[in-house]
Amino acid sequence: MLQIENLEVYRGRTYVLKGVSLEVGRGEIVALIGANGAGKTTTLKAVSGLLRPQSGRIAYRPETARELALDRVPAEEIVRQGISHCPEGRGVFAGLTVRENLMVGAYLRRDKPGIREDLEKVCALFPILKERASQAAGSLSGGEQAMLAIGRALMARPRLLILDEPSLGLAPLIVARIFELLAEINARGVTILLVEQNAVMALDLSHRAYVLETGRVILSGPSPDIACDEAVRRAYLGGK
Amino acid sequence: MTGGYILQQIVNGLILGSMYALVAIGFTMIYGIIRLINFAHGDVVMIGAFVTLGLLQKLGWPFWLVSVCVLAAGAFVGLAIERAAFRPMRGAPQVTGFIASLAVSIMVQNLGIVFMTAQPRNFTFPDFLQELIRIGPVSFRAVDLVIMLTALVLMTGLILLVRKTRLGVGMRATAENLDVARLMGININRTIMATFALGGGLAAIAGLMWGGKFGQIDPLLGFVPGLKSFVAAVIGGVGSIPGAICGGYILGLAEVLFVGLLPPIYSAFRDAFVFATLILILLVMPNGLMGKRMEDRA
Amino acid sequence: MIFRRERMTALVLILAGIGFVAVAQRSMNDYILSLINFVGIYIILAVSLNITNGFTGLFSLGHPAFMAIGGYAAAILTFPVRKKAYFLEGLPDWLARVEVPFLPSLLIGGVLASLAALVVGVPVLRLRGHYLAVATLGVLIIVQVLITNFESVTRGPLGLNGLPALTDLWWVFPWVMVTIFVSWKIKFSSYGRTMLAVREDDMAAECCGVNLFRTRVAALVIGAFFAGVAGGLWAHLVTAITPKSFSLVLAFHIVVMVVVGGSGSITGSAVAAMVFSVLTEFFRPIEERLNIYGLGEIFMALVMICILIYRPAGMFGAREPRLFEPEED
Repeated sequence: MLQIENLEVYRGRTYVLKGVSLEVGRGEIVALIGANGAGKTTTLKAVSGLLRPQSGRIAYRPETARELALDRVPAEEIVRQGISHCPEGRGVFAGLTVRENLMVGAYLRRDKPGIREDLEKVCALFPILKERASQAAGSLSGGEQAMLAIGRALMARPRLLILDEPSLGLAPLIVARIFELLAEINARGVTILLVEQNAVMALDLSHRAYVLETGRVILSGPSPDIACDEAVRRAYLGGK
Repeated sequence: MTGGYILQQIVNGLILGSMYALVAIGFTMIYGIIRLINFAHGDVVMIGAFVTLGLLQKLGWPFWLVSVCVLAAGAFVGLAIERAAFRPMRGAPQVTGFIASLAVSIMVQNLGIVFMTAQPRNFTFPDFLQELIRIGPVSFRAVDLVIMLTALVLMTGLILLVRKTRLGVGMRATAENLDVARLMGININRTIMATFALGGGLAAIAGLMWGGKFGQIDPLLGFVPGLKSFVAAVIGGVGSIPGAICGGYILGLAEVLFVGLLPPIYSAFRDAFVFATLILILLVMPNGLMGKRMEDRA
Repeated sequence: MIFRRERMTALVLILAGIGFVAVAQRSMNDYILSLINFVGIYIILAVSLNITNGFTGLFSLGHPAFMAIGGYAAAILTFPVRKKAYFLEGLPDWLARVEVPFLPSLLIGGVLASLAALVVGVPVLRLRGHYLAVATLGVLIIVQVLITNFESVTRGPLGLNGLPALTDLWWVFPWVMVTIFVSWKIKFSSYGRTMLAVREDDMAAECCGVNLFRTRVAALVIGAFFAGVAGGLWAHLVTAITPKSFSLVLAFHIVVMVVVGGSGSITGSAVAAMVFSVLTEFFRPIEERLNIYGLGEIFMALVMICILIYRPAGMFGAREPRLFEPEED
């Protein structure tokens, strides 16, 4: 569904991604793990159009017959094509209410009944959001904001959901709950590309994984294999 | 100093405040969305006044049509300013945007001088608006009533737009976090353009009101009211539309009461007082009354 | 080494300047002479604003306010005593009896402007970016209002006229040299170099030991001194002074010179000052013949916008031509 080939991205004058290639198959959960500064967020931003690559291709196939070069398309259009990006740090609109945040997620949609249906689904998935519907999003706790951000991304009815470190700053119990919900979302047919520093949970949830280090993919494969890899265990999983 | 006199001053202050509020809304919306001060905003007021002069007095068009045209003209000029001064500066340091809008302001003022000459022009509204209305100890002209009501209608309309419509939500989201707004599929360019157009339209109507109220207009008319409206926006808290409205009325009242209640020797210091207030607020209470977080103060 | 590059350059320039002034004063007509005087005053204004804005990265629109203070002070001091009696009746006695020669008047004007800058700067310089710009604009307006209303001392909106025409190139030229020299000394001192390197970045500045606040106040005060002197020179060139002489439009002109020349570059400010003051004169007859006023301003505004879009660092950036840079030891 998503194919990244040899992506090179500069941030200012720093060479952040030095030829990254990865693939996300339809219906999969793919994890991108690595240390701080490895380039994980940059990769996601290139996919969603916030950053433009210096060279390389990002091919997106929402259906088998159609292909789109994401590196040439504006961010607004990428959202319209069914890719939703849940940014680092959640990025909820603090001054807007929970309900307004969710509705902004559906900004590009015109089908009112569909939107209402999805709002119900999201509230069923994250009941706390229904409770706090009229509260300002800035007053929510970290975990609630994470759920809001994911719910907001789902409001666009995405085919591909990109998440940037959803577990950041959250208590382990809440992280576990969120990852449970992500599995459920995936079961309903949403492909997921997940960036995480919490490698343990990410490898547990995902089908396949890539390990990024200083702008390059150094390892890839089925998640259980990656989890057993010696080097990875030592570097990211706290193994001996 | 009777109660009636004070009441009269308050009414005058509210009328002046209505005009400041309309212009302040534009400042605050633009600042909220791109974090830059639009120095040329005051000159849109001037353009509104001159368009009114041309259409109403020279061409004799009906009042309602003139108002619509003034709104459109203001929106158009607002868009032009965005395109000329702000879009090319996106990403540049704060001060660069400010200097650019200062340059545009000077250009607009001088274009006005080129086309209109610096001579003040007389401005007369249709007669029915000049009628005097008396309620108790307070008297004002019909035009004053129209100013206040129109201002209230426009402000209510704008607040509804910003709170309830899709465009409004898009504007608020973009103002909060531009990058994440893009991730929602919001077209940033169009949202910013809409902000400038709305602000410009309101400012132009304020120009129409200004001409009607003070009877005389010239190409440099926008400078001082523009700056004062900016002060009003700061008082209310930049980025907050209700704040701008409050700030506008507070400033209008303060200015009129300053002149009306203090001995006449002080009234000439009115403008100095307004700007001293600005400096004080920037130093002591930079978020104003209702403002959200402010960017750099120091 | 006596023969250091920049000293040679300076010596050559000064000698050439003196020669030029001598010839000009003797042979050129009054109109050209007064134009050259204006150019010189604009150079002082631009180079001194460059000290305030360019070296420290702050943005002040208040320069004309300091000009006004210096200008009025000098004008009142040089005003002949017998004229003071009927022009300025409200003056306090000690002022009314005094008539001061030009140089001390200019200096006192400059010092008063500096004091005003100190008083204003301490609160206002805590702001940054465009809020500082607006605050300095507020200062400009406040000073204008104060001058307009202290009629006993300033004759209010009428201003003072019939000032002695004391300014000529023999006064302007040395002051231009002094302003450039002081700028140059500041810029190439070790403190100055650090200031320039970190002017955009507050945190880096603090790490380098640059005391931001004191630096900014000092820059404002020094710039204000020269602005005050320039105001005094101006007043005695035009032989009249009114509150409206020193307005936002003038502030804009000086800012254009500094930005177009290159914020931080002394040469840039000086060259831009020369170019723009000559251009403004060039536009004047065109405007008068076409009876369309404002063309010169529109031109300046357009140039400014173009520079901001295409070459925001200005013509010279923050650098000087190699000829003027100090030789490395």
